Amino acid sequence: MYRGMKFIPEGTKVDFVGKRLVALGLSVLVIVGSLILLPLHGLNFGIDFAGGIQMEVRSAEPVHLGELRTKLNDLGVGEIGLQGIGDSGREVMIRIPAFDDEATQNAALKQVREALGPAFEDRRTEVVGPKVGEELVRDGILAVTLAILAIGAYLWLRFEWQYGVGGMLTLLHDVTATMGLFSLSGMEFSLTSVAAVLTIAGYSINDTVVVYDRVRENLRKYKKMPLPELMNLSINEMLSRTILTSGTTVLSVLAIAIFGGDVLRGFALALIWGVVVGTYSSIYISLPVLIYFHLRNTDALAELDATPGKARP
Amino acid sequence: MLYFQKWKIALVALCVAAGALFSVPNLLGPQQRESLPGWMQPLSLGLDLQGGSHLLLELDTAGLIKDKLEGVLDVARGAMRTGKMRYTGLSVQQEAVVATILGGETEYAQARSALRNAIPNADVEIDDQGKIRISYGEKARREMMEGALSTTLEIVRKRIDELGTREPSIQRQGNNRIVVQLPGVSDPKRAREVIGKTARMTFHLLDMETSVEDAMKGRVPPGSMLLEGLDTGPQGQKRYYVVRKKVEVAGEHLVDAQPTFDQGAPVVSFRFDALGGRLFGKVTQDNVGRSLAIVLDNKVVSAPNIRGPIMQGSGVITGGFSTQGANDLALVLRSGALPTSITFLEERSVGPSLGADSIRAGMVASLVGLCLVVGFMLFAYGLLGLFADIALLINMMLLVGCLSAIGATLTLPGIAGIVLTMGMAVDANVLIFERMREEASLGRSVLSSIEAGFSRAFATIFDANITTLAAAALLYQFGSGPVRGFAVTLSLGILTSMFTAVMVTRLQVYLWARRRRPSALPLPV
Repeated sequence: MYRGMKFIPEGTKVDFVGKRLVALGLSVLVIVGSLILLPLHGLNFGIDFAGGIQMEVRSAEPVHLGELRTKLNDLGVGEIGLQGIGDSGREVMIRIPAFDDEATQNAALKQVREALGPAFEDRRTEVVGPKVGEELVRDGILAVTLAILAIGAYLWLRFEWQYGVGGMLTLLHDVTATMGLFSLSGMEFSLTSVAAVLTIAGYSINDTVVVYDRVRENLRKYKKMPLPELMNLSINEMLSRTILTSGTTVLSVLAIAIFGGDVLRGFALALIWGVVVGTYSSIYISLPVLIYFHLRNTDALAELDATPGKARP
Repeated sequence: MLYFQKWKIALVALCVAAGALFSVPNLLGPQQRESLPGWMQPLSLGLDLQGGSHLLLELDTAGLIKDKLEGVLDVARGAMRTGKMRYTGLSVQQEAVVATILGGETEYAQARSALRNAIPNADVEIDDQGKIRISYGEKARREMMEGALSTTLEIVRKRIDELGTREPSIQRQGNNRIVVQLPGVSDPKRAREVIGKTARMTFHLLDMETSVEDAMKGRVPPGSMLLEGLDTGPQGQKRYYVVRKKVEVAGEHLVDAQPTFDQGAPVVSFRFDALGGRLFGKVTQDNVGRSLAIVLDNKVVSAPNIRGPIMQGSGVITGGFSTQGANDLALVLRSGALPTSITFLEERSVGPSLGADSIRAGMVASLVGLCLVVGFMLFAYGLLGLFADIALLINMMLLVGCLSAIGATLTLPGIAGIVLTMGMAVDANVLIFERMREEASLGRSVLSSIEAGFSRAFATIFDANITTLAAAALLYQFGSGPVRGFAVTLSLGILTSMFTAVMVTRLQVYLWARRRRPSALPLPV
């Protein structure tokens, strides 16, 4: 009978905690980079947030983009962006930036529709007024903040306050890094992206809680073991699970990225990044935080330095 | 000892059966679905999958208050006139009607009580200089907005019903917004035109003494106003009318309006209620030879000559309409006027072809995702992987069943949520299997490692899933439209996967272990 396949040999003893400074450096780099990039480079806000008009149309004939561009720009309703989509050469995405008020925007849409005429089939039309966008930004920030607080509170209740703080810092790290990726790549940031950020938070905390759970168990089991060693043990024990779960999640997300169509592609790519970041942070951010916040009433930092064979800072 | 209580087996069987029952409608064709009872229905598809339009509209609440205050101004003027009070500067300023009463304390007190009686619900304040201020408090405003929103909802519903849209959904959102969903409508142009008309109709006498030219130069007498005409001249130039401000008959007296033809041209015939009919009769009787302007939303539809008294309380509006124009005007007049104007904040529409493409893409992604995860688990865990895979399939069935049972709407992001659930759902089984392996390596017997694997991993699974659920719940709370669909599938997926990974897998392992009495864990060593 086939018993399966072992991806990680039993009893690995990788010194994760010893490399925490390298990881910390990397994280600081990513976080600081993101924090600089975000105000400077900004996010490529999609229509959900920026407002405006976005239309996807399909013609029976191949579309000559240049001609269509001239025709639409002659309407004088704003800077119209055209982009061919799909492989057929018959589908075009039309974008018109936001207007100051809803009424002019609706009038512009009417003009564009009339100019396109019956030769084009409307595949998708989205018209978002400037007001809605502002509210969505507010709601999005609120949702992410509340999610982080709620998760922190839960961990505090079920574990101890250090775990709550650790969980929240981990989430802040992941959310910032993800936003940084959005800014750096110039990938469109839409409502679905907010969903992606929250899903990444959910995935990451799931991973963190699994490791925390093991730390808590080992703390009861090995009362005398120095904290860094105990953390290393916990991570190593969970390593096989971490790899397998990341594996299945990435597989399912890949299926969405490849076959799920244009709408979901950005979402799926963000999630792949989220799995990587979430897995990394549950090892290198959530655990060191516990040490620094003096989990167990001993001087954990002293233990860290006293552990034989560990790289000293 | 690995043990499974009878009632737990029954519970698992019951849940799986219920899941199967509720998910079955999704596999049936449209004809077979017809014969199903109401509680057994397939998932409804979101507008992004079946095609359709989503409109978000907002009531102009500032305009509503302003209109209300204009009304208060008229009442106040009337009340002070009846009471023979002297005042100056009666006007609407900053969400209040203000005036200065002339006289002393006695006059002030008199004015205050007269105005309080005349305008209930409003706050009437007067200071010692005689400055009076009539405004609406927070509660009164809220009630006004609440009333306007429910009236608007009702009117919008009436208008959409008359358009004959299949299964429209009209819902309020927040204090002053309405979401309209029109499945199958990919260009909501007509719907917008019909919904968006305030349709406030009034009849005014034309001001024959002032010429349009004079009025255009700004010389409009105080009792008149200059209004644009609805139709344009042959070269597209605008027409203007000078109209008396006084409303002779108001649109709320209309009881019916129908499109018909008059001498071959589309017109709208209307009928007043008893009071409206009397007013209309009187104004036509007293003003034979003059023109009566029909004003719709501050534009003059037409201004026919009054040839003689019209006593039967009905009439015809001509105005160079197209057939559809006459239809739509009759429709909005029948449904009544909106209490205040509305703005379209958002319009999202998806054509049927894109919807079909999205369904196809979602199906392919789901199937590929399922195959990948199932294959991976088989590869990683062999027999136990097979158990986990069976649990995963049951999980998918339960998820679809639950979504169908609660009448959830499936959106494209919702499908992404289902696929993502597949990937994350097996995590619970991975945790359990890894735990078994650990327990076995500590020297436990096979059965006891299996038992310990399940029981010890449970706390971890529970905590990890609750936190993810928190994120999903907040996404539901703050997300909108399709994103909510994602949050729903993700949350339900977490719940069903906890059940299947723990209970269904456990049952399978238990049945297998009881029959085979294994001497070693079926896991790689």
